[in-house]
Order: sequence, then C-alpha cells, then structure tokens
Amino acid sequence: MIFHHLGKYILLLQASFKKPEKFKVYWSEIMREMVSIGIGSLGIVCIISVFIGGVSTVQTAFQLVSNLIPRSIIGGITRDSAILEFSPTITSLVLAGRVGSSIASQIGTMRVTEQIDALEIMGVNAPGYLILPKIIGGVTMFPLLIILSICLSLFGGYIAGSASGAVSSNDFIIGLTTDFNPLFARIALIKALVFAFIITSVSAYQGYYTSGGALEVGQASTRGVVMSCIIILCADYLIAQLML
Amino acid sequence: MIEIKDINKSFGDKQVLKGISAVFNQGMSNLIIGGSGSGKTTLLKCIVGLHEPEKGEVLYSNQNFTAMDFEQRIPIRKEIGMLFQNSALFDSMTVEENIIFPLNLFTEMSLSEKRDRANYCLDKVNLKNTNKLFPSELSGGMKKRVGIARAITMQPKYLFCDEPNSGLDPKTSIVIDELIKDITEENNITTVVVTHDMNSVMGIGDNILFLHNGEKWWQGSNKEIAHTDNPELNSFVFASKFMQAAKEKL
Ligand SMILES: Nc1ncnc2c1ncn2[C@@H]1O[C@H](COP(=O)(O)OP(=O)(O)OP(=O)(O)O)[C@@H](O)[C@H]1O
Ligand SMILES: [Mg+2]
Repeated sequence: MIFHHLGKYILLLQASFKKPEKFKVYWSEIMREMVSIGIGSLGIVCIISVFIGGVSTVQTAFQLVSNLIPRSIIGGITRDSAILEFSPTITSLVLAGRVGSSIASQIGTMRVTEQIDALEIMGVNAPGYLILPKIIGGVTMFPLLIILSICLSLFGGYIAGSASGAVSSNDFIIGLTTDFNPLFARIALIKALVFAFIITSVSAYQGYYTSGGALEVGQASTRGVVMSCIIILCADYLIAQLML
Repeated sequence: MIEIKDINKSFGDKQVLKGISAVFNQGMSNLIIGGSGSGKTTLLKCIVGLHEPEKGEVLYSNQNFTAMDFEQRIPIRKEIGMLFQNSALFDSMTVEENIIFPLNLFTEMSLSEKRDRANYCLDKVNLKNTNKLFPSELSGGMKKRVGIARAITMQPKYLFCDEPNSGLDPKTSIVIDELIKDITEENNITTVVVTHDMNSVMGIGDNILFLHNGEKWWQGSNKEIAHTDNPELNSFVFASKFMQAAKEKL
C-alpha cells in the first residue's frame, strides 16, 4: 500500500519536472504561486512567530530558577530553539494547514470538474503546469518566511522577557549575541526547503488523484494536510539526526 | 478520419462499452446518440485517450493513438478540440483567458492577435462582451458556449463535443448546431458530437451511431433514422407524442 502510493508519488513528481511547454506561461504561474504562498502567509507567520518567541522566553525563564545561571542564557536558549526547531517546524506545520489544504483542494477541484482532463486534451503536461510552479513557489518562499519567523520570535522573546520581568532586555540581548552557532541557521534553512517541498508536493499528490466530487475534494485536502504534517515530523527528526 | 476498433471498457466489474467499432469521417458531423447512461461520454473519453480501453484501438488518420505514450500523443492532442459535458472551464481564469490559454502555450501570437482570436470565437458562439467574466458568473448554457469557443480556438482537426446543446434554448441550440456543421464543412475536419437532442440528430446527423447498453445498436444517417425498424432506436427517437405524431405524417 505504502509502496503503491510512494511509486505513484514519484511518477507524478517525475512528470512534474518535465521540460515546460513554454517558459513564459510557467513563469507567470510561478510568480502567482509565490505571491499566494509568500505574501498570503505573512500574517499567520508573524502572529505565530511572535507568540512562539514570547512563550519560549517566559517558559525558559520559569525553568531556570537557579541563581548560579546567568539570566542572559535565556536569550541564548530562545534563539537556538527558535532557529533550530520552533520557527522552521511549527511554522511549517501551520503552513501545511494553510498552503497544503489550498493546494490539495484547488487541484482536487480541477480534477473532479474535469479541468485536468481539459488540460490533458490540449496536450498540456498537467502535472508540470499545475504542480511544478507550486513546488518552486513554496521552495523559494519558505526559507524567506522562516527567516522572518526567526527574527520575529526573537523580537517576541525580547518583548515578553522585558514585559514579564523574566529577563531584562540587556541580558536578553547579551544572550542572543553570545555563542551563536551558524550551523543552526544552516539547518533551519535546509528544514525550510525540505518542508516546503513536502507540503507542496504531498498535497498536490493528494489533490491530483482525487476522484468523485466535492466530498472527496474535502477529504483529499484533509489527507494532504495530515500526511504533510506526519512527513514533516519524520523529516525533522531525520535532519536533526543527520546534521547535529 | 477517426477509426475505432472493438473498444471495450469496464469500470470495476461493470462493462460499459462492449466491442464498439466505427469510422468517423472527415468533413461530416458524426453523432453518437443513446439513452442516459448508455456509455456515450465513456466512448468519447476512450477516443480522446482520457480513458484507456481494456481492448481495442483508436486510429487518428491511420495512426494508432492507443499504442502511443503521452509524449507521442501530444502532436495529435494539439489538433483536438473538446467540449466537456459540464464545460470544464478553468475557473481561476476569465472567459477570455480560458480561450487564449492554448494559444499562450502553443503559439507565438501577440496579445492583440490572441484577443482578436478570442473575440472571433466568442462571436461565433453568440457571446459578446463576456470576456472579463469568470466562469462562476456565467449560466450553464453560456459555459457550454465558452467551452465550444475554447475548443475551436486552436482550429482543431478533430472536434469532440459532449452534449453541446444541453441546457441551451432551442434557438441558441440551433445556432450551435449550425456552427458545428459549418466549422466541420469549411475546414474539412472530423467532428464527433454526443447528443440526445433530436433536433440536432435530424439537423446535422450525417453519420449517426446509436448506443444501447454499451453496444453499437444501429448506424446510419438522419435520412434513414426515421424509417428504421429497430425497436430500441424507434422508441428512442420517437419517445415523445410530438415526434410520434410527426412520424405518422411522414
Ligand atoms: N469514472 C467512472 N467510474 C465508474 N463508473 C462510471 C464512470 N464513468 C461512467 N461510469 C458508468 O458508465 C456508464 C456510462 O456512463 P456515461 O457517462 O458514458 O453515460 P452517458 O451515455 O454519457 O450518459 P448521459 O447521457 O447521462 O451523459 C454509467 O452507467 C456510469 O455509471
Ligand atoms: Mg454523458
């Protein structure tokens, strides 16, 4: 069963990466997807990032009660956990809901209303035309969103730290700026790329093989989100294991 | 010319098409008629390759389409125009974008040429000033007509229409029938139309294929159909009292 889906998924990807019929048409599709994925996700990314940063600062401060540990360490912990895990993974899980469900339902609707058949009849490589721009859009925009998310979580941590009195802004800044390991940033960007690919391709796969009607489109969209989330978490573990 | 040989198609264990063979000639309107659920749409989809038949072959101008893979089919696909039963317009695009979509992908025309072509096609189906509307803003019959306009933009060599005049008023319906007939004869293309509209059958049916329970039950022209003694076909054609009365006068 799993191998059946895996095989179909790989074949679909292979068809998606064929040479485009006409670059110009694909280009405008890519731009459209970049706007929809990138700009469209800005709001939600800002909100969750600020809160993630704030919460992790406050909670870390709460756990570090010892007087032997300098308060500035809180800034360092917030920074590392935001870069390594919270920003890339939580943001991607949330975006799996937003981006993944819209991709799966859009492609699924096109399938059940025969729009994909119409593309095929015209001689258009439907997977390429529909899926490739979404993958490219996701893979280019996600790293930017994750960088933004990291900055905003640090900002959220700073605000929450000083507002709650858990850590003074001075200590927080000192913590942020000491012992920075650039490997963490690299890992965050790799995660962003991998997760973007997973979300766009897995939900596109679920949408592309929908059959039936509106009900099945809804189910495909749910399946797309659930599958993306599970695969993201597995990939998250793998990347951590391999790179740390 | 399109030739189909012994087409068989099942869904699960339900056999929908049972060994259908026929020839669809160039320059004339070939009609597929039959009751609801008799397999007309399925046959059309087998011909254009959206369904793969379990058995049988489809030949486009003597090229074996069934044996080709996706890449090899592309040159033939570019010569196909198809209207789907429920239009299948791209709902993220306006009417005009729908029509110029194939031109964008496969031609080097300038935007104004493409616009002209779109207007020309829309004019043909009696739809003017709808260029900027989205499919969701159109009525069912208007969608059908945009679907036809999209099918003819690329000047296809093979035109397939699945119920082009269901949902249209009788007058527009005749306009569409005439349009299909004109395009077919002017450009000498091969046209296959699925219909259960008796006006179209009588009006443009040069070559009519009657399907009954997935079998080819009868084949002939609109001149012969009124005089057939095939009982299933008779009850299909003369289902209404009006048609029966008309028959008695014949
Ligand atoms: N994708 C499918 N999966 C399963 N069964 C199908 C599928 N498509 C069609 N069928 C079955 O095949 C039979 C023929 O369907 P088809 O759509 O070809 O009928 P039709 O002649 O076009 O009818 P109508 O005039 O109502 O459009 C029907 O009984 C239908 O249930
Ligand atoms: Mg049908």
